[in-house]
Amino acid sequence: MPPAFRNPATMRTIHAWLLLLPALAFIAAFTHYPAVNTFIHSFFLDGRGGAPAQFVGLEHYQYLLEDEVFRKALVNNLLFASGTIPLSIGLAMTMAFLVNAGLAGQSVLRLCYFVPTVLPMIAVANIWLFFYTPEYGLLEQIRGALGLAGVNWLGSESTALPCVIAVAVWKDAGFFMIFYLAALQQIPPSLAEAAMLEGASRLYYYRRVVIPLLMPTTLFVLVNATINAFRMVDHLFVLTQGGPNNASSLLLYYIYEVSFKYWDTGYGAALTMVLLGFLALASIGQFGFLDRKVHYR
Amino acid sequence: MSAIQLLNVSRHWGDVRAVDDVSFEVEQGTMLVLLGPSGCGKSTTLRLIAGLESVTSGRIMIGERDVTHLPPAQRQLAMVFQSYALFPHLTVRENILFGLTVRKVPEAEREKRLTRAVDILGLSTLLQRKPGELSGGQQQRVALGRALVAEAAVCLMDEPLSNLDAKLRHEMRREIRALQQTLGMTMVYVTHDQTEAMSMADRIILMQGGRIVQNATPSELYSRPATTFAGNFIGTPPMNLVRLDDARGSVCVAGSRSGKVGVVDSANYVLGIRPEHVRIVPDGWRAVVESVEYLGSSSVLGCRVGGEELSVVVDGVSDIAVGAEIYLHCPDEHIHIFDAQTGARRGTCR
Repeated sequence: MPPAFRNPATMRTIHAWLLLLPALAFIAAFTHYPAVNTFIHSFFLDGRGGAPAQFVGLEHYQYLLEDEVFRKALVNNLLFASGTIPLSIGLAMTMAFLVNAGLAGQSVLRLCYFVPTVLPMIAVANIWLFFYTPEYGLLEQIRGALGLAGVNWLGSESTALPCVIAVAVWKDAGFFMIFYLAALQQIPPSLAEAAMLEGASRLYYYRRVVIPLLMPTTLFVLVNATINAFRMVDHLFVLTQGGPNNASSLLLYYIYEVSFKYWDTGYGAALTMVLLGFLALASIGQFGFLDRKVHYR
Repeated sequence: MSAIQLLNVSRHWGDVRAVDDVSFEVEQGTMLVLLGPSGCGKSTTLRLIAGLESVTSGRIMIGERDVTHLPPAQRQLAMVFQSYALFPHLTVRENILFGLTVRKVPEAEREKRLTRAVDILGLSTLLQRKPGELSGGQQQRVALGRALVAEAAVCLMDEPLSNLDAKLRHEMRREIRALQQTLGMTMVYVTHDQTEAMSMADRIILMQGGRIVQNATPSELYSRPATTFAGNFIGTPPMNLVRLDDARGSVCVAGSRSGKVGVVDSANYVLGIRPEHVRIVPDGWRAVVESVEYLGSSSVLGCRVGGEELSVVVDGVSDIAVGAEIYLHCPDEHIHIFDAQTGARRGTCR
């Protein structure tokens, strides 16, 4: 045996690496390699008709700056994120407070709130497609009964994106509620009693005690909501296909179109790098900045 | 003047009578301990006083006011919880000042009260810490601090020491009692630990099954227990309860021929004899030693007299071996007489 292997410290290090190896192999093969590959690929133009790919340097990235559709998708995505994230988190927290308040029939309520989450995305989109349908959809029937003028919800540039936001909030809020509910049930009831004895109103107790104690959950949910906002694509296939006139197109949907409809995979790779950049920024911001403000038990 | 008064207070949940027709008074500036086994209704009684539970019937007075239907915040009381109920995301300082901030007490007054409480409790170096960074004893002090700065008429404590280790519990017991006496606080203290109750209380209310068994001073509770339950609950080891027999014309300890009992004339009684009052004598009730427990300053002998078991406390190390035959005697004035059916006290022999 070589002398190095007789050293227990060396052996411990080797053991540690051996134990990490399987997980490391998977993450390298399925996450790191594709990511690096995409990065490299974004500098190439696909060869047509079997010709080899051609190195174009930063040309794709230059084109990004001129691409109007990309700019539209990016702005849409930012609007989508700033709509869905606060709305779904606020709604989730409110619903969790409600179902934790000890009302009669609260288990039914919990179930109702959670159902949208367990439904498949496409099914959800189909349900909402019916709500939004012009003339005989649910919304239009209600508006019709009230004598209001007809609106083509998904077919108008001004309403298409808000409609997509509503569906995403409806689907995510129930899921996030479960996390808030679990966190709420971790708060000992004696805290509420102590606050009550000290003369704190219900509102004060929620504002100064409950919501701060929910901060770790909020951070977790915020990260998930952000990822969801940039990962959103399924509903678009059913609801709007990004239209009309790209009014509801989001980054990932645009990437899909570029890569798999127009088969411009090089440009698609460049777009993907931009998306990755946004997600990285978001997570740095959340963990780096907010983490310091969160109280962990 | 009584600081707290309960008049026929009951709290029922369906058929369960957690608190059943309880009445008592707490004198201004004294410490009352609610004592009893778990499930006896002592904590519920405290929560009724605090307003955290509502009464089924009866009235609660604090000072001159009828507070029966007032919310907790308006009852002018402070409470220390078993779990301390500190807010984990707030510092010690914010925790202590929580109530004063809520009630919008002026800044200067807040600081004055904080400084005073912190000095009394020795918390000055910990003000910026969070509860998670404190030991159990320190958390306990913070909870006490929060109760002190409220300067409420009444302070309620719900088993505040049960989460501490034995040594710390002993320390805090003295500290809380000293605090209560020097500040002249009116305190209601819930515990299941009779040592805690005996050493701290001005008055003890012993509860069982939602009812008051006895409301007495500690020494009265020890020397004149109202029932066999009270006799048995107070004292370590607990009071011996000896059943009787009058098969051969004279009253004896059940199952024993030698154990003649002169203090009663029929077997419809139970005798209560504290282990520390039993003497080993040359002639008396014949007993067989079944166990010997050495406790340091004393030893407890587990003896059998006829069909009954008796604990006997002797000083220091005992040289009596298991299986030995000894003779026991208890002076008449230390024998408590209870009714065999109801368990109620019938007196001592004097």
